[in-house]
Amino acid sequence: MLMPTPDAGLLARRAEFVSALRAIVPGEGVISDDAELAAYECDGLTAYRQRPMIVVLPTTVDQVSRVLAYCHSQGLKVVPRGAGTSLSGGALPLADGIILGLGKFNRILEVDYENRCAVVQPGVTNLAVTQAVASEGFYYAPDPSSQIACSIGGNVAENAGGVHCLKYGMTTNNLLGVEVVLIDGTVLRLGGKHLDPAALDLLGVVCGSEGLLAVVTEVTVRILQAPETQRALLMGFAEVEAAGACVAAVIAAGIIPAGMEMMDRLAISAAEAFVKVGYPLDVEALLIIELDGPPAEVDHLIEVVREIGEGCGASYLRISMNEDERKGFWAGRKAAFPAVGRISPDYYCMDGTIPRAALPKVLRRMNELADGCGLRIANVFHAGDGNLHPLILYDADKPGELHKAEELGAAILTLCVEVGGVLTGEHGVGVEKRDLMEVQFGPADLEQQQRLKCAFDDDGLLNPGKVFPKLCRCAELGRVHIHGGKVRFPELDRF
Amino acid sequence: MPETWKPKDAADVASAVGDALSAGKSLELIGGGSRRGFGRPVEADVVLDLSALTEVLTYQPEELILAVAPGARLAEIEAMLGERGQQLAFEPPDFGPLWGLPAGRGTIGGLVMTGRGGPRRLSAGGPRDHCLGVKGVNGFGEAFAAGGRVVKNVTGFDLTKLITGSFGTLCAATELTLKVLPAASDAATLVLVGLSDEAAMSVMSKALGSSAQVSSAAHLPADIARASSVPEIVGQSAAVTLLRLEGVRPSVTARVAHLADTLQALGPQALLGREQSVALWKEIADAAWFAGGGDTVVWKLSVPPSKGAAVGARLAGELSGRCYYDWGGGGIWLELPGADDAHAAHVRRVLNEVVAGDGHATLMRAPDAVRGTEDVFQPLAPALAALTRRVQQQFDPQGIFNPGRMYGGL
Repeated sequence: MLMPTPDAGLLARRAEFVSALRAIVPGEGVISDDAELAAYECDGLTAYRQRPMIVVLPTTVDQVSRVLAYCHSQGLKVVPRGAGTSLSGGALPLADGIILGLGKFNRILEVDYENRCAVVQPGVTNLAVTQAVASEGFYYAPDPSSQIACSIGGNVAENAGGVHCLKYGMTTNNLLGVEVVLIDGTVLRLGGKHLDPAALDLLGVVCGSEGLLAVVTEVTVRILQAPETQRALLMGFAEVEAAGACVAAVIAAGIIPAGMEMMDRLAISAAEAFVKVGYPLDVEALLIIELDGPPAEVDHLIEVVREIGEGCGASYLRISMNEDERKGFWAGRKAAFPAVGRISPDYYCMDGTIPRAALPKVLRRMNELADGCGLRIANVFHAGDGNLHPLILYDADKPGELHKAEELGAAILTLCVEVGGVLTGEHGVGVEKRDLMEVQFGPADLEQQQRLKCAFDDDGLLNPGKVFPKLCRCAELGRVHIHGGKVRFPELDRF
Repeated sequence: MPETWKPKDAADVASAVGDALSAGKSLELIGGGSRRGFGRPVEADVVLDLSALTEVLTYQPEELILAVAPGARLAEIEAMLGERGQQLAFEPPDFGPLWGLPAGRGTIGGLVMTGRGGPRRLSAGGPRDHCLGVKGVNGFGEAFAAGGRVVKNVTGFDLTKLITGSFGTLCAATELTLKVLPAASDAATLVLVGLSDEAAMSVMSKALGSSAQVSSAAHLPADIARASSVPEIVGQSAAVTLLRLEGVRPSVTARVAHLADTLQALGPQALLGREQSVALWKEIADAAWFAGGGDTVVWKLSVPPSKGAAVGARLAGELSGRCYYDWGGGGIWLELPGADDAHAAHVRRVLNEVVAGDGHATLMRAPDAVRGTEDVFQPLAPALAALTRRVQQQFDPQGIFNPGRMYGGL
């Protein structure tokens, strides 16, 4: 992975930067010791590592503002970091940049049941929001599988999803407001406890901007009353096509389940070997379909979905009769990543989204691609919204195998785009998919995105080297090329 | 009268924008023209009429995806979705009659660009939550695409959200991709009779915070309820607090029973079945009670729901107007007698006193002359105004699209 060439001039001024930053964030808030810096050299995408020049861990918004203003004045690059669980390398450090860690912003500031929202600092973990409101029967809907560790600030940066976002939406749909700091130190509030933007939806575009536009210092999220009942069906199919048809038939019947997950044979066997929850081993595809809501609704829909499953030829079908059974159905799915970790020294998790109808074709083609390079793929899949998570099994100790896995991953994501899908459904572009952006977007598409970056950060100091395959030059992007004052299409209808 | 250009397809739109750039002309973007009264009046050299771009590019019910050209009529699209039991879940309002125009003239482009959803905002979101992709031509004259055609996508910046609700100030759209969802097969509305505005806020909060999955909650003071076209509402001769439940029949029945039981102590109740429920929530979505006009002006305020009555009842009282509350109290529709400034100073002062920046007020209807001199949208703090200006310049550096539609000088 090629990152922007470190600036020798900046590296040479490291001691000066450290002392200036210590004047803003005193005590242990500035880390410059090599051994301590090592803890920050990667995020959840461990294949890429880089030791940062300096780590700064502020505790107040004022400190964040002053640190950013200082970096802006010195041309110093900044990589914001939450809990460091990104699977796309969003928080991969730069050799000549600082890591701005928001981990100390870890307080829940307010729970407002009357307005059904919570105001939290960005370092609070996703799960801690739900835990803080659970006593009143509420929860925070987005549930990425890293929810025990990932932070809300990181969730906002990545627009995190989870297994329930088919029905309840991604982070962006559950976000009411943020306080952010721009690279020049300006503190802004976007949104609040009210709905909808006053003017341009800047909140909507800051969410999912992967740390390239602003640093989040406070977050207001919606909280929901937990559903009364949750029940799930576990269905096995002899053919992937039949499982895909079942998913389509559920949607066509007007049902949006709380979650609809698929696993393929290799993922099923790995999960069953790991957690022994009674998954059938003689099927090609397993579906977990969860319904939630009032008991009358759930009991009704369970029967409808059961009939659909039988109609699609499910060879195995179980319905949870109690919470233990329901959790058992999920246990294998939730343990799928570590389960795959047991059957392979390393794995690489991909994250494309495809139109659901393309699933059988994509699975077949993925396996052909894997066979072609001698690797295996286990598939877990948010089937309801077409979000694939192929896990590429490889061994980093074998020379060249990481490279082969990366090439296979790129081929899979290119395939996703070819069938009408996208590179990433919930993990973000980061560094991982950066060089594939041109597969999905044309030059004008990418330029327009980069122009937005110029409106927020025209020196390109916030998280450079992520998302975009080329660094942007704002002055060049801002030029309008008028075609010689001549009308190009005089035949255009005018009235 | 400015001249009108009427492109036939996306390529025509790109050449029209290129021509406008070459000639140094500004453009007013319109579809059906039904939302022209929304925002500040635009003074442009040329009207770019997108109403000929009506194609449905793809509708895949099982993928929950619809892609259409911006000139497609909303009414026709909704009928097409209805045939497959689907809908635009954000409940697109029809504000035509609010501005004294016939109903049913709106286009998808106008709907997305003005960014307003209906009462289901609380449970289903607004246009921002349902618009998945945009193709358009920016103010550099370049055709570009943002977003995609799948429901789950975090690839690159979410420019689609920024363009949704941008009032045509960022680009001329040529294609919009929307998420569609199954329509509920049954609906009912539980009506609580005779609550004060203050008490209604707290009841709606309780109902929305319960596990009954209330999809919309509104409160109509007696003067509004009396004007409803739904006989059961008029017949109450009192304020009504409305809790809508949607879903499959067994679920709706069970939830109505549970909710009615929980709220029994609060006074008399009534129940609207599916048909009347649909009619009533359409009135609420469209601000039907304020249709036509006369001399009155109309505001829509968004505040934290618990502050609804403190803002709405106070303004209606102080300024001799009428108001009702959508979004569990957070969305206030306010009709006031006409005034030179549409009472903007008073409305914004009260808003600021009660919610201190956590909310906004939009002037939804006023004569052109008033909308040309007053801020239609909430004035932005200087740093936010500067950022907004920079963002618009990065899409449209010459300011050729809908000049002045959102803010004077933008």
